[in-house]
Amino acid sequence: MTAPAIEIHDLRKSFGSVQALTGLDLTVQPGEVRGFLGPNGAGKSTTIRVLLGLLRADSGTARLFGGDAWRDAVPLHRRLAYVPGDVSLWPSLSGGECIDYLVRLSGRKDHARLAARKAELLERFELDPRKKARTYSKGNRQKVALVAAFLTEPDLYVLDEPTSGLDPLMEAVFTQYVREVKDAGRSVLLSSHILSEVEKVCDTVTIIRNGAAVESGTLDELRHLTRTSVSAVLDGDPAVLGALPGVHDLVVTPSDGGTRVTFDVDDARLGAVLPAVGTLGVQRLTATPPSLEELFLRHYGDALDPSEPHAAGAR
Amino acid sequence: MTGTGTLLRFMLRRDRMRILWWTLGIAALYAGAAGEYLSLDDPAARSARAVLVSSPAMISMSGPGYGLDDYTPGAAVANELILWVVLAAAVMSILQVVRHTRAEEENGSAELVRAGTVGRHAASVAALLLVVVMNAAVALASGAVLAAQGLDAGQAFAMTSAIALGALVFGAVALVAAQAHEHGRGAVGLSLAVLGAAFLLRALGDVQERHGSALSWLSPIAWVQQTRVFVDLRWWPLGLCAAAGVLLLAVAARLAARRDVGAGLLAVRPGRRDARATLTGPLPLAWLQQRASLGWTTLGLGAMWLASGTIIRQVPTMLDAIQGNPLYDALLGTGEDMVRTFLGIFGLYIAVGAAAFGVAATLRARSEEEAGRTEVALAAPVSRYRWLAAPLTLALVGAVVVQLTGALALWAGAASTGYDALDVGEYLRLGAAYLPALGVLVGFTAALHAWLPRGTGLAWALLGYVFVVGMFADLFGLPGWARRISPFWWVGNPALGDVEAARLGGLAGVAAVLFLLAFAGFRRRDVPRV
Repeated sequence: MTAPAIEIHDLRKSFGSVQALTGLDLTVQPGEVRGFLGPNGAGKSTTIRVLLGLLRADSGTARLFGGDAWRDAVPLHRRLAYVPGDVSLWPSLSGGECIDYLVRLSGRKDHARLAARKAELLERFELDPRKKARTYSKGNRQKVALVAAFLTEPDLYVLDEPTSGLDPLMEAVFTQYVREVKDAGRSVLLSSHILSEVEKVCDTVTIIRNGAAVESGTLDELRHLTRTSVSAVLDGDPAVLGALPGVHDLVVTPSDGGTRVTFDVDDARLGAVLPAVGTLGVQRLTATPPSLEELFLRHYGDALDPSEPHAAGAR
Repeated sequence: MTGTGTLLRFMLRRDRMRILWWTLGIAALYAGAAGEYLSLDDPAARSARAVLVSSPAMISMSGPGYGLDDYTPGAAVANELILWVVLAAAVMSILQVVRHTRAEEENGSAELVRAGTVGRHAASVAALLLVVVMNAAVALASGAVLAAQGLDAGQAFAMTSAIALGALVFGAVALVAAQAHEHGRGAVGLSLAVLGAAFLLRALGDVQERHGSALSWLSPIAWVQQTRVFVDLRWWPLGLCAAAGVLLLAVAARLAARRDVGAGLLAVRPGRRDARATLTGPLPLAWLQQRASLGWTTLGLGAMWLASGTIIRQVPTMLDAIQGNPLYDALLGTGEDMVRTFLGIFGLYIAVGAAAFGVAATLRARSEEEAGRTEVALAAPVSRYRWLAAPLTLALVGAVVVQLTGALALWAGAASTGYDALDVGEYLRLGAAYLPALGVLVGFTAALHAWLPRGTGLAWALLGYVFVVGMFADLFGLPGWARRISPFWWVGNPALGDVEAARLGGLAGVAAVLFLLAFAGFRRRDVPRV
């Protein structure tokens, strides 16, 4: 069996008195596209910098393709491409020069293929390669790094909030290239706080908070831990629903010819709650699967609203 | 100009420690030097000192020589210190103006400020008022130091105020440079080049003719010295400072009105679609980034040393009037020795210029890291060693180029006037003697970058200290151990043939150790560490 593209175990890193990583675990298998979610300051960029051999971990292991991320950094980097969240480029070089420079550093030599693919990527990302890097906006600098990364076609893409400066059209182009990468059997670690983007392209998700993973699994697995939103118009008195275990946030409003209810239900209890709803004379019913948004809010909800205790319980 | 007051208060608050250190530092310069001048209490000591400072070498590093007939402590302070204090205060003014104008625009914080209820010129005016306040503080503190040493208080404050006015001219120069140049570093460089030219014009003019020639009057530094303070005070030369200041401010305002926030005056040309074939790694990139600054430094300093070389021929003849004076002969030697003393001083100037390039080029490694570009490159299959070697190679090779072209330019200047008592080899040996010491300064900077990235300012402090030891060790009466800290002290005086191979070897060894430390430290530390 081949070694995982990324294998992080019990990783710890502190800066002075600030503990950035407090025992993080994270694995990306070959061919896997993993979303890496967390709020600002959770330790996403620190994790990535440890993976890139830029920061030295205090303890724990960080391995890429079975090699040590710190010690074997140079040979390992031949197999990966990195796009930082805030791309800094050499201001006196043009975008095209920056791309060529980064590709040459990566050691790719097949010039004919590179030239054709570069032209295609520039066109798809609508990037003018002749402008000096200092005149580029944040989004355009990001495009330069993305073009360079997709050009080198490595085994692993490490993307740190790669679309934070892109407009929706460009995000769609980005999504498409990530899917291509996935189809080609390459691995991706996509750090983000844009949940819809992660939902679109990732197979698996790790949620990090205060330097440790709090949830990890496939999107389907994670949805099982969450609630489905139900909205229905009923004939009967919905008060009994509120007493059922697993039902949360029940809101009852009068509606034309019935009563409108909205509530969330723990997915594990869904089977017990639906029959109870059925007895109340359902006129209309919609059930929405949980979005990552909700998943996210459940984990960080207490940070947003300290009076809500449920997120703490979910850990 | 709405919001100027608010901005000024904010700047004063942000810079309160800087204001304190600059004021104390310059006052300490006076206090440190005062002892030497106050010892001029008997006529013999006075005339000895007066002879000493009428040598061309000394004129190039002091003043036009007013009051040499009766060289009182006050006259000595005015003649010998004004130059250096104007330089220090001018550097202070330049750094502060650029820090609060172009540097702010470059890092984007000016955009935030300008979006508020703040007028177009408010930041510039506030920055200018800030340096007025700083120069006033320096003038008051240093005037008080001089008066406390027993010098005439009225003359002392007249002198320090004149210096403040002279320094403000360079603050205004910096304001113009900040409009013209898109980068803070470039604006500082441009302003320092103007300051260097002012230094050189004054030196050349005063060496040509006692009390200054027409050339001297092109330099704002001379305007301050020409007040003849402590000898026969006249105020009108300061009118030139005021006129130049107003003119520069008008130019800056015109330029500012014509450009966008963040933009320079020169339009950015489109670049290449593809990188040239030679851009294959960190070293070619470092060359692309630094070749312009290396070219301009070599050219600019080279022109200065070439001009300086043209006065060498006059050195042995210019003091014919006092030739044969036994006191003079005892102090300065005769003929060729005088030329060599003069060359020794210029050898030091050249080496300090080359070292400044070396330190600045090394610190590019630091600014690359702060900007986040080191990360991008190290995420590629590029080793730490290969990455750090690039700016260090540029720094070392660049320093050697600046140093040796400087020595050659000095020779070419002398040769162009027909002076051939010393051949080109002598000049090159003079330049080459400093190379191991330049290596120590570059290595020290690199080691700081690796081990103490937040303390890289210490590299400039060491360079400043090297200069102070070279120029003022005797004036300040520095003890031996304090002199030995300076790498240049170990070089000896190469113009007088006073160089020990063992010491140069030792310097080279220290440099090698510092480079090893730098590479070992950079290999094991976190990137970025800011």
